[in-house]
Amino acid sequence: MKFLSALNMTGGYGMGADIIHGCDITVEKGEIAVIVGPNGAGKSTAMKAVFGMLNLREGTVVLGGQDITNLAPQDRVAIGMGFVPQNYNVFVSMTVQENLEMGAFIRRDDFTETMEQVYSLFPILKDKRYQPAGELSGGQRQQVAVGRALMTKPKLLMLDEPTAGVSPIVMDDLFDKILEIAKTGIAILMVEQNARQALEIADHGFVLVQGQNRFTDTGQALLADPEVRRSFLGG
Amino acid sequence: MDILNALVLFANFVVIPATVYGAQLALGALGVTLIFGILRFANFAHGELMAFGAMITILMTWYLQGIGVSLGPLPTALLALPVGIVGAVIMVLLTDRMVYRFYRRTRANPIIMAIVSVGVMFVMAGLVRFVIGPNDQNFSDGVRFLIRAREFKQMTGLDEGLAIKLTQVITVVIAVLVVGILFWFLQKTRAGKAMRAYSDNEDLALLSGIDPDRVVMIAWMITAVLATIAGVLYGLDKSFKPFIYMQLLLPVFASAIVGGVGQPVGAILGGFVIAFSEVTITYAYKKFLTYLAPESWAPEGLVQLLSTDYKFAVSFIILVAVLLIRPTGIIRGKVI
Repeated sequence: MKFLSALNMTGGYGMGADIIHGCDITVEKGEIAVIVGPNGAGKSTAMKAVFGMLNLREGTVVLGGQDITNLAPQDRVAIGMGFVPQNYNVFVSMTVQENLEMGAFIRRDDFTETMEQVYSLFPILKDKRYQPAGELSGGQRQQVAVGRALMTKPKLLMLDEPTAGVSPIVMDDLFDKILEIAKTGIAILMVEQNARQALEIADHGFVLVQGQNRFTDTGQALLADPEVRRSFLGG
Repeated sequence: MDILNALVLFANFVVIPATVYGAQLALGALGVTLIFGILRFANFAHGELMAFGAMITILMTWYLQGIGVSLGPLPTALLALPVGIVGAVIMVLLTDRMVYRFYRRTRANPIIMAIVSVGVMFVMAGLVRFVIGPNDQNFSDGVRFLIRAREFKQMTGLDEGLAIKLTQVITVVIAVLVVGILFWFLQKTRAGKAMRAYSDNEDLALLSGIDPDRVVMIAWMITAVLATIAGVLYGLDKSFKPFIYMQLLLPVFASAIVGGVGQPVGAILGGFVIAFSEVTITYAYKKFLTYLAPESWAPEGLVQLLSTDYKFAVSFIILVAVLLIRPTGIIRGKVI
């Protein structure tokens, strides 16, 4: 069993119809897993299901051997999940440093060391630490958002389309940082629109279609698969 | 031409009263803005909360006066203020528990919350009138004036006097202290930052493990403290009459909106903008102009833009103008 094993997940938002059907997502420590697929395939929904943001009718979520299927999102943060939402993922009126402090809100110990690690990962944030996050560029904001999630020292970091709306150069830079984070032993689960680039850095890829797993393989294998290329990567 | 006399006259009848009034409005508006920032609704019960806190303080003041306790030259009400604050805190926590929490849990629309607060306002208004009555209550004691008009005239040899009441000085000093402490709390403490984070982005605050119930509780407590202090200072400065506090709601709301809803700095700015507009527009400039212009030019009328009876119209006009032209307020806040 992998570090994160979310198996056979079926469910939707509130009382609404099911969006994902028997969906499996797994990640190992230090690896990057990417969920890709066409629009409306339930990629973000699958990740939110892992994080406990929707009602699962079936399936289990196990993190590090502990069954957390019935845990609320806030409690999942406390046991080592970090989540970076796609939108509104920073406190715009607060400074970069305060954003990081809020990320560490549940920690009662001294978190200055973690903050230094975030600053060494994203040096630009150290220069801008007293600036309101709302005044930063899109790419820098994403760095703040990732940094905020890293402040709890998560064992699993989940990123919902981290490169949405940023330029290709910034995207490459962000992917480099994500690789660096994975090297520290953190499991990374990511939903991506930029499927080709994401699969290039991914250890595992999950191709979802209509809320179901269509292809599951290593990133390289998926990139090489002619059917995946034709259907999802534009040839 | 007599510029000095004109300036003293202007200071005595416009600058000093408006500054004091502005400080009172700022404290009131801070409470409204805080509740809007955290609970996301316009709290119409705020004026009555000011009256309620002031009422408890007055009852305690009477008791202290009865057993012969006093602060010497300072008003006894300052000694009773903590009791009034505790009373108001209990009141808001009870109303939140019994009324607002239900609507918060059902994720009610902000407009429903605002209407609910109107209901709370009527209940609180009835309670205040039931306990202390609808009439004027006098509870100020101690030294009345710091500088008397007559003494000032003797000291300076000017024709115009400048009077400064002790309560006016107390109002400004306490307002500065309270605002200072509030900003320190919001900027520097863990709980204060959590409140700002919650106000900024509720979902992300929840994700970060910030307890919403705690944030809401602290917001109510701070609001009760601010409302009671504002209510007592206003009562000391003018007099305590429940009806006046209901009327104060308009300038207090106007201050919060003009400054930018949800922005503490804006609430303070807004308070002074409204107070100075109200006082300068309703002041009769006849004597002031007489000092400045040659005698033959003396104006015949009062040179008053608006009768003091219409002073609330000033806040209303400013409120409407701001909502039409710049709904976010001076400091870009939320739009109600």
